[in-house]
Amino acid sequence: MSQISVRVDGVSYSDDVEPRTLLVHYLREQLGKIGTVVGCDTSNCGACTVHLDGEAVKSCTVLAVQADGSEVTTIEGIAASDGTLHPMQKAFHEMHGLQCGFCTPGMIMAAIDLVGDNPDPSEDEVREGIEGNLCRCTGYQNIVRAVQQAAHEMQGTAAPEPTGAQA
Amino acid sequence: MIPAAFAYARPTTVDEALQAVASGGEDVKIMAGGQSLIPVMRLRLAAPETVVDLTRVAELRGVREDDGAIVIGAMTTHSDVISDPLIARYAPLIAEATETVADRQVRHRGTFGGALAHADPAGDLPAVALALDAEFVVAGPGGRRTVPAAEFFVDYLTTALEEGEILVEIRVPKREGWGMHYEKFNRVAQAWSIVAVAAAVRREDGRIAEARIGLTNMGPTPLRATAVEEALAGVDATAEAVAAAAAHAAEGTDPSSDLNAQADYRRHLVTVLTRRAVSTAAGL
Repeated sequence: MSQISVRVDGVSYSDDVEPRTLLVHYLREQLGKIGTVVGCDTSNCGACTVHLDGEAVKSCTVLAVQADGSEVTTIEGIAASDGTLHPMQKAFHEMHGLQCGFCTPGMIMAAIDLVGDNPDPSEDEVREGIEGNLCRCTGYQNIVRAVQQAAHEMQGTAAPEPTGAQA
Repeated sequence: MIPAAFAYARPTTVDEALQAVASGGEDVKIMAGGQSLIPVMRLRLAAPETVVDLTRVAELRGVREDDGAIVIGAMTTHSDVISDPLIARYAPLIAEATETVADRQVRHRGTFGGALAHADPAGDLPAVALALDAEFVVAGPGGRRTVPAAEFFVDYLTTALEEGEILVEIRVPKREGWGMHYEKFNRVAQAWSIVAVAAAVRREDGRIAEARIGLTNMGPTPLRATAVEEALAGVDATAEAVAAAAAHAAEGTDPSSDLNAQADYRRHLVTVLTRRAVSTAAGL
């Protein structure tokens, strides 16, 4: 066992973990952070995406012990303390950026990371930016719209008029 | 899926890392960014006795200049490679190819040296290192040695790294004023190359003075397209001349057949992608 100290969604934890424990399993099973889901278990789907020291990573492909001394933010930690949704969560809701919702926690965490690097991404840049996240409901159209709306809200500007039919 | 149990070492210097590798038992795995190793361990295709995690070895990160070369620390992440000003100036081919590796989450963790030491034939960076004549600086119990790219990639997932050795940095000759391009063909949902071509071209007075071409996934190791390079040397920089030279791209290759492509299709693809890569690199 290794001892780790980690801050998750603003709360500090000290825990013993086996070196082989994946970060996603530590979050879900030891901390109860079940908002972060395991999708494919093969590092493809991105459903388990969290932020590790501010960068989006696939938490199924990081060992819990590697997060020692780090700050982790999950989907459970991005809304305001009074429950106000993060602009990205709100935009996914308003633009119907989900169908079954399983990919959504990872999509939102990847999208926040993308908008942090590129505050005004084009449609193509959004599609490239979330290439590590798979939606098997084929719902990318509204996900892209949601990311662009949130990007504009985070910048304080109006979103462009959506074009084309609703997917 | 959970990896089999292993002992874990987290050194903070290269010397500590070498020590940890030496004392780790029979089956030691060195972990760089872990983006290939952790998936393989989860599938229990690897079950090492000890994992030596280089993530906290600060001296292995970053890019610096050293006379005629830039020196890339093996643990420099793909994200940092993409935004590095020295790489952008002297070896933009590396940044361009790295942008096509996996996805942003994986690029935050995955490293330049890790991808090279893993030596996956479908990985993008080995062919780039080969095309640019990179040199691999390797640390071992007896000190350091330098291996040229042409000798580093030995076979499928196999490099010249010996047991007990660690790849510490990669030296890339500065090439200012060269045109470079990485042309890749892959499935949309999977960034592994079906075939890809790394091209660097030096033009002089309307001619192609010199071309260096590396091929991804045209055999168990990355390959140089030497027949194309020879055909391009000194020709007029025209679309016709490039197409004629690119027709030689499959010579001397040994591509595999798999779910994505049969070998004959790969031999066709490589001629098309070479034409595109060289044309773009030459500014045509």
